[in-house]
Amino acid sequence: MSAPTISPTEVEQPTDETDVTPDRPWVVIVWNDPINLMDYVTFVFQKLFGYSLEKATKLMLDVHHKGRAVVSSGTREKAELDVFRLHEHGLWATMQHDE
Amino acid sequence: MLKRTVKRARDGSFQLRLTDDERDLVADLVRQLRELLVSEDADGLERLYPPGYANDPEREAEYRAMVHDELLEKRLAAVDLVEQTAAATTLDEDQLLAWMGAVNDLRLVIGTRLDVQEDQPPIAVDDPRAPAFAVYQYLTHLLAEIVDALSRG
Repeated sequence: MSAPTISPTEVEQPTDETDVTPDRPWVVIVWNDPINLMDYVTFVFQKLFGYSLEKATKLMLDVHHKGRAVVSSGTREKAELDVFRLHEHGLWATMQHDE
Repeated sequence: MLKRTVKRARDGSFQLRLTDDERDLVADLVRQLRELLVSEDADGLERLYPPGYANDPEREAEYRAMVHDELLEKRLAAVDLVEQTAAATTLDEDQLLAWMGAVNDLRLVIGTRLDVQEDQPPIAVDDPRAPAFAVYQYLTHLLAEIVDALSRG
């Protein structure tokens, strides 16, 4: 896949007691649900994250077949914004610290 | 091959080929959706506001307080746009995205009420859920057409 990855140097360093650490980012997870259409989910991934059709389709299929997929990661603020935008589009998304 | 319901035109706008009955149905449905959204207390509405933090009640409460009103406002704005353009034969991209959002919200609410399953078996015509299921299936068709048109760059 050709999706760009964030190199460690681009990750904001925590400046205070924040729980965000570069090596343990927050991840945004989309969960499978029986209502959202597969093509709709693929389109939303492309629209919100700028993913290629190939990458968006792979993530959608992961959601569909494995029940969940990590669709983005980063600081807690970024994860909250991504979850908000996914909720705006009716997707079942949660965020958590990477395991 | 059926004629496309939603088609991207060369100028980037979208042609909306719906019958008057379909337009009346969509307008009626989004008015009902507005009432549900404003009531904040309707069966199936919870599906539009899923939890952001599944295992952290404190952060979840903060997240909900932060985003709920904005999610509601965005949904109501989409409902307004669809109602205003229910009779339109041409939509711009923002208008079609509003249709996509409102139609998907309707599917989520109706589908949750019907407890739709991944491999939903057919519902008999004399089943009391049949009318709502027919509406759900129509919205599925309309959403698929909208997404298809938007995806064809």
